[in-house]
Amino acid sequence: MSAIVSLHNVVKTYTRGKQTVEVLHNLSIEIAQGDFVALMGPSGSGKTTLLNLIGGLDRPSKGEVNVAGERIDQLSSGQLAKWRARHVGFVFQFYNLMPMLSAERNVELPLLLTNLSSAQRKQNVQAALAVVGLAERAKHKPAELSGGQAQRVAIARALVADPTLLVCDEPTGDLDRTTADEILHLLQMLNKDHGKTIVMVTHDPKAAEFASHQLHLDKGQLVEGSVHA
Amino acid sequence: MFKQTAAITSMNLRAIPQRIGTSWVIVIGIAVTVAVLVSVLAMVAGFSKTLSSTGRVDRVIVLRGGSNAELSSTVSRENTINIMDAPGVKKDTEGKPVASAEMVAVVALPLKKTGTAANLTVRGVGLKNAELRPEIHLIAGRMFQPALRELIVGRSAMAQFKGVDIGSHITIRDSEWTVVGEFESGGDAHESELMGDIETVLSAFRRGNTFQSVTVMLDSPEAFAQYKDKLTTDPTLTVDVEREPDYYAAQSKQLSKLLNFLAFGVGSIMAIGAIFGALNTMYSAVSARSLEIATLRAIGFGAGAVVVSVFVEALLLSLVGGLIGAAAAWLFFNGNTVNTLGANFTQVVFRLTVTPHLLVSGIIWSCIIGVLGGLFPAIRAARLPVATALRAA
Amino acid sequence: MKYFPLLWSALWRKKARTIFTLLSITVAFLLFGMLQGVNAGFNQAVEKANVNRLITTSSIALTENLPYGDMAQIEALPGVARVAHATWFGPYYQDPKNFVFSFPVEPDRYFAIYPELVLPKEQLDAFIQTRTGAVIGADLARKYNWKIGDRVPLHSTIWTKPDGTSDWNFDVVGIYECPSDRAQESAFFFNYKYFDEGRSFGKGQVGWYIVQVKDPSQSAQVAAAVDKLFANSPDETKTETEKEFQQAFLKQIGDINMIVTYILFAVFFALLFATGSTMMQSVRERVPELAVLKTLGFSDTTMLTLVLCESLLLCLLAAALGLIAAWALFPMLKDTLGVVKLPTPVIIEGVGVAALLAFVTGIFPAWRAKRLDIVEALRG
Repeated sequence: MSAIVSLHNVVKTYTRGKQTVEVLHNLSIEIAQGDFVALMGPSGSGKTTLLNLIGGLDRPSKGEVNVAGERIDQLSSGQLAKWRARHVGFVFQFYNLMPMLSAERNVELPLLLTNLSSAQRKQNVQAALAVVGLAERAKHKPAELSGGQAQRVAIARALVADPTLLVCDEPTGDLDRTTADEILHLLQMLNKDHGKTIVMVTHDPKAAEFASHQLHLDKGQLVEGSVHA
Repeated sequence: MFKQTAAITSMNLRAIPQRIGTSWVIVIGIAVTVAVLVSVLAMVAGFSKTLSSTGRVDRVIVLRGGSNAELSSTVSRENTINIMDAPGVKKDTEGKPVASAEMVAVVALPLKKTGTAANLTVRGVGLKNAELRPEIHLIAGRMFQPALRELIVGRSAMAQFKGVDIGSHITIRDSEWTVVGEFESGGDAHESELMGDIETVLSAFRRGNTFQSVTVMLDSPEAFAQYKDKLTTDPTLTVDVEREPDYYAAQSKQLSKLLNFLAFGVGSIMAIGAIFGALNTMYSAVSARSLEIATLRAIGFGAGAVVVSVFVEALLLSLVGGLIGAAAAWLFFNGNTVNTLGANFTQVVFRLTVTPHLLVSGIIWSCIIGVLGGLFPAIRAARLPVATALRAA
Repeated sequence: MKYFPLLWSALWRKKARTIFTLLSITVAFLLFGMLQGVNAGFNQAVEKANVNRLITTSSIALTENLPYGDMAQIEALPGVARVAHATWFGPYYQDPKNFVFSFPVEPDRYFAIYPELVLPKEQLDAFIQTRTGAVIGADLARKYNWKIGDRVPLHSTIWTKPDGTSDWNFDVVGIYECPSDRAQESAFFFNYKYFDEGRSFGKGQVGWYIVQVKDPSQSAQVAAAVDKLFANSPDETKTETEKEFQQAFLKQIGDINMIVTYILFAVFFALLFATGSTMMQSVRERVPELAVLKTLGFSDTTMLTLVLCESLLLCLLAAALGLIAAWALFPMLKDTLGVVKLPTPVIIEGVGVAALLAFVTGIFPAWRAKRLDIVEALRG
């Protein structure tokens, strides 16, 4: 399978006040289409930074980032926004749903950026909510949902525009074991049955076991031989 | 309780700089409201001062029955004699009545401010004018002389109109008049007029023997009822007899109504707006500090202390706003003159008078707004469920 | 339009704050509507002035009368189409509070020069033929429930009869309408002949002349010619176009107008802070939510537009409420102002001001939303 994500000699530095910190050092990785990769590593290892680069939220200081056939390190922020809308679905640790919008309105958000008609949007939203098993809670506000349900809505939102890639940052970090496993099963199902490529940051080894591959990051570098099934 | 309150309050107040943006909303909202309220009330005060100082209770104006205003009234020469000779009218040392049969006419002259013509009253006054109106003092030039085409100009008229300085000439019909003096009369309505000798003015305006009003001084204010009775029962006369203050109050009713509408209508609408602004600021102050408040409550501070502290903050901010607003009104508007169309179709001029009383009432208003704006947020702060607030943060 | 639910939900995120801000804006626009309405009401007379007509008054002041004989001379001037006249009668009905705008006129001349006053032909004929006849405005007729055939006594505050009384009796023979400006429907016209014969002084004089010119572009020349006609006579005249005349009258009201403008400025200054701070707070609180939207692919420009639209929605909604309230309350001022209805331009102006307010108060928060750095914002 061809690589859907490929990073080449990527360096990322941040300026904190007067200090310059290099978070990623000459990192190169490739992720194949249809893969489910877990990014592991201790706090401060640079895994969220790496995820942000892959998801097109941030740009590298040096090096190439090629995702979904595009050199996204060379895109302007406007182009990047369009690119994200088309290719990436995000899932966050704290769900990040709009508190004032119902579940279906939340899921609909990415579709507002498309040319779909209101009826088509509604249809796609229903489909996405059905996939995550929450069709009957469409009218509820986030505050009326449990943590697991809220995360399912967030996943539906990530899916609804049919992105090339799902990017998940600690998707189970705020959930209890049973609920976390349900969410991970859901992600696994999306990967297997729907062919979604998934990159997931987690520090939970149990969660990482659901992935097809694991990448271990430490101090901004890949730990040698960390790629295993 | 007091110690607790002081502790929370000082903490709140120290936090104000961090929320300076929202704090300004209270301060500016109230400052503007108070400034408008105080300056419009200053206008009302200036206007009523102009009116109340025009006229004395022992002075009476006599007009033709049902004519409402001097400009529309007519009184014949023979009637003026009956009016002046009626019992109750004060006599001078020579035994002559202290009274003046008068006419008013309107001339259009350019305003200094805009250069456009506005109406100015020319009043022809009788020989006893000085005894009748002792409040009139010349402050420059000299008095007009009878039988000469000379005028004296009121202080306000001089300030508002072009071409009425001492020595300047005013053309009325085919005659030319000279301004020879400037007078003041305690800021009353006559200060917006020109005055000249009645007989000369009558002939210039070709009024023949038709006067428009008679003003008489009474022996005492109590002589009014008797004097009025006498004139109104005289079969040869059809006249309205009014004390000067009543007459001028009636003349300015329209304008008073407008000014009061501006002051109280606009003022109270603005005050309501300012209350909303204050509510907003205090609600956001409370919600921004819900964690602090909850923490303090958890430690054991009482609800009362929290309520009082929110109140104190609201009051303090309002007070600052009130002070700024009152000061602005005083600085910018005190002593300003305002002119508009008043009685007789002519310009009235009055001074904005920002009295200490107005300043105080402006500040009291600001505190009322502050209290109303602080009340509900204070209650909200006191009712804040401690556990929820702590967890939400 | 598809963003509407998003905007709407953002607006109501903090209900109390939005309601209070909304109400402050509503209050400001209520004031705006009322005060500007008053101003515009005055100005409307100027706007509606007819360019064909000149007003000739005594050069001394409006209150001085002119000889009746002037009319024939003015009429003979080249460029003059027709001449009419009117005089201030200044009466009230029964009580001094019931002031009536009343003028003695020559019916055929007056109604010819004011074609906007619509009077049926047979009523005009009756007016001409009835010595004591009067034609009244539809609004005045409604106010006192006067009908054709009624006998109406008016008490003039100026004009006495030889017997010393000021009570004049009239027979209502017609009711006119003025479809182009309903505020003009409160006048009371009667025959000059009846007036001139009946009054005890001032006979043979009129208050002012209305001169219709053949060609509006010649009005300045005609006005000059009229004034030249009476220059150096005891009754010098001042002739202006109807518009200049109305403007001059407005200027006399003077500072009251200016004060109204000051007040509005002050109100909107305060409002700028109130609304601006609400928008700023609202954006500040929603930083993580806005970052998520950006993550989903909302572009910087879309974010800017969304926040501006939110501000616009708030301001327009509140302004609409305020202007509707002003529109509903405005007729209450009718007796003081003579203006019947809140003029439409005021409403349009109000909407414009609301949009401007929205832009000014929205642009800084909108800029902040546009520049929001996703990575920073999400880190929280």
